[in-house]
Amino acid sequence: MAPEMQNNLAFFDEAHKAFRHLVRRFRKQEIEPHIEEWEANKSFPSYIFSQMGQLGLLGTRYPEEYGGLGSDYFMSVVLMEELAYCSDGSLPLAVAVQTEMVIPLLLQLGTEEQRKSFLVPLIKGEKIGCLGVFERGNEQDLASVQTTATCDGKDWIIRGEKPFSINGALADFVMLWAAISGKSETDGFALFLVEKGTPGFVANRLDQAGMLASNTAQLVFEDCRIPADNLLADGRQALEVVTRVLHESRLILAVIATSAAEYIFEQALTHATQRVQFGHPIADFQVIAHYLAEMAARIEATKQLNYVAAWKLARGENALKETSMAKLAAGRVVNEVADKALQIHGGYGLMKEYPVQRVWRDYRLYRVIVGSSDEALQASIARELGLVE
Amino acid sequence: MSHWLLTEKHEKLRNDVRQFVREDIVPYVEEWEKEGEFPRELFCRLGEAGFFGLKFPREYGGNGVDYVAETIFLEELAKCGSGGISFSITAHSELALLYVSEYGNEEQKQRFLVPGIRGDKVGCLGVSEANAGSDVAAMEAMATSDNNYYVLNGSKLFITNGAKADFACVAVKTQRNAGRHGISLIVVEKGTPGFSVSRKLDKVGLRVSDTTELIFTDCRVPKENLLGRENEGFYYIMRNFTWERIAIAAFSLGAAELVLEDTLEYVNQAQRNGRLPSASETVRCKLADMATAIEVARAITYYALMLFSQGISVSKEASMAKLLATEICCQVSDEALQLCGNDGYMSECPIQRYWRDNRFYPIGGGTSEVMKDIIARCLGIGKKRWER
Repeated sequence: MAPEMQNNLAFFDEAHKAFRHLVRRFRKQEIEPHIEEWEANKSFPSYIFSQMGQLGLLGTRYPEEYGGLGSDYFMSVVLMEELAYCSDGSLPLAVAVQTEMVIPLLLQLGTEEQRKSFLVPLIKGEKIGCLGVFERGNEQDLASVQTTATCDGKDWIIRGEKPFSINGALADFVMLWAAISGKSETDGFALFLVEKGTPGFVANRLDQAGMLASNTAQLVFEDCRIPADNLLADGRQALEVVTRVLHESRLILAVIATSAAEYIFEQALTHATQRVQFGHPIADFQVIAHYLAEMAARIEATKQLNYVAAWKLARGENALKETSMAKLAAGRVVNEVADKALQIHGGYGLMKEYPVQRVWRDYRLYRVIVGSSDEALQASIARELGLVE
Repeated sequence: MSHWLLTEKHEKLRNDVRQFVREDIVPYVEEWEKEGEFPRELFCRLGEAGFFGLKFPREYGGNGVDYVAETIFLEELAKCGSGGISFSITAHSELALLYVSEYGNEEQKQRFLVPGIRGDKVGCLGVSEANAGSDVAAMEAMATSDNNYYVLNGSKLFITNGAKADFACVAVKTQRNAGRHGISLIVVEKGTPGFSVSRKLDKVGLRVSDTTELIFTDCRVPKENLLGRENEGFYYIMRNFTWERIAIAAFSLGAAELVLEDTLEYVNQAQRNGRLPSASETVRCKLADMATAIEVARAITYYALMLFSQGISVSKEASMAKLLATEICCQVSDEALQLCGNDGYMSECPIQRYWRDNRFYPIGGGTSEVMKDIIARCLGIGKKRWER
């Protein structure tokens, strides 16, 4: 059930296959050997982004004029399936923030000049971006934001904080969502670009249960002054674009989670066929065989749901329901599969030298990740189902 | 939700079946459920509408082979809200007719498939026995050879349509002690001396479908009624299992969708009347989970279907679809009952019937546990208990 086994003739052509092999080789050479080291260092080296940029991995479906490959949505699916097929959750997530959140926001809301100075280096991997959008309490309604931006006639003064920003401790700049002081609650908000090193802006690295190399930080803005040009967009239009981009990014999180589930399933399957107890490989015991059978079925099903949603996104259709469902299903599947994989490994599974414990720790985040937690997804789905509020 | 597998032709078919179900079945469901049966004429109506011919060649009165279309038919049929009615119809279309079409000779197709597609003749399939469920090779019913006849002895249990069928495709042993290598399929027509049907078995759900025991006592059947080749029946059955599993998955998908639709309506209605806080997180989360589970089931079912209709071997994917879609259908039905509360438990509310009817799907056509055994075998693990 490794990714290449899939038989979705409709979605993947020769170019996708070639790209898959490219990403796979990169993962095997540049990621897999370093996972433990990065975890110990609490970060991957930033040159991994420039390496990816050189290979074109960060611009899959973005316009060639900005250095992208100009390909389709399924190329992004291939990228993430291959990157995430390992025991490290941090790098795939960091890349997803760059390619599925920061880049599309800059592409859709940035001026030509901002695209040149930020979008191009993002796609090259020379710059790393992070997101300062969510706060406690605005997960399902970006309009109710606490961080403020006040105009003093020339500059913007930012005050507030954003918890849990992935890439935050490493990023060169942050895409910041804030309320505009003195404006109405219905359209008084905007997306800003705040560069690292701006006085009054600090990123405090956070310690967490998993995703140890993800550079997750709390972003604090204390009277942080930024030039007027750094406002990318404001009002309803900004709200709509930011909401849509973040909703669409749910699908890539689902793709990552599903691929990690596939990886850890394969680890469990291998372990079960090699581990002998009572004279038999434990995979021969029906209980274990049934665990693995159900894991395989659920992984295949969520993967196929991902493709259904991806197909809709690729056609430019509204796919909020499908992307939310895919993420909800995949987040649960990776957690359940990792937990069963841990069980199948027995005591070995808890040892740090085994990859299963890392997947089990890292991917627990997916069910609570701000903006795409199970509860946020359920709320979106319930709304799309037409439930009377 | 539109899906990459479906064409406009399929969407049109969906509307046609939906309209038929809404006009010709739904208004009578409660009445037929009370009576415990439905008029046989429904088969003719379905035949007239062309719905039995969706996966059969035109030369026999079909519409040309299209399993995607057949799947749409199954999903929409299941939404009639009576598992018994739809199950009885599919025992004819997915089991009996498929065996004649796949393995019958020209003469047999003219005798059974052509009138079957028209809905003039109804068929059933007899494989299960008291001691032979998923373990098909354990069957005991026997056919001995006597010149140009087979002489059948034994019985078949849990046979849907047993009482109303004009013909039964019956699996019997044609060779003793040969296990899977000694099984053949023979068509036995209603009224053949020595062939009798027991009383209708009473059951928790699917009450409108007649489930019976077929009994054969020195029943003489001409050898021209043999389907395909002698002693190859086991492999025919195994081959048809793949489609059967995808069909049950599709059927469960439709049934689950109906449950969700009805529950949404109930919850919204209760909310408008101020009786139930549908705005409550719990209710909304449950419904979101139910809807998500259904789309998961659809994704794997359509995937298996896509591979199957391209002629790719899909034993694993079909088993995955059957496992997940039927289990999800049951879970969704149980949650629906919980959400509708005491109202849902009352006989006048269809939710309780869905809950009873749908419980059969993880059992029929190979249990969930057997599905897991098959998936495990495809993964190269597990002991090969099922080989005889």
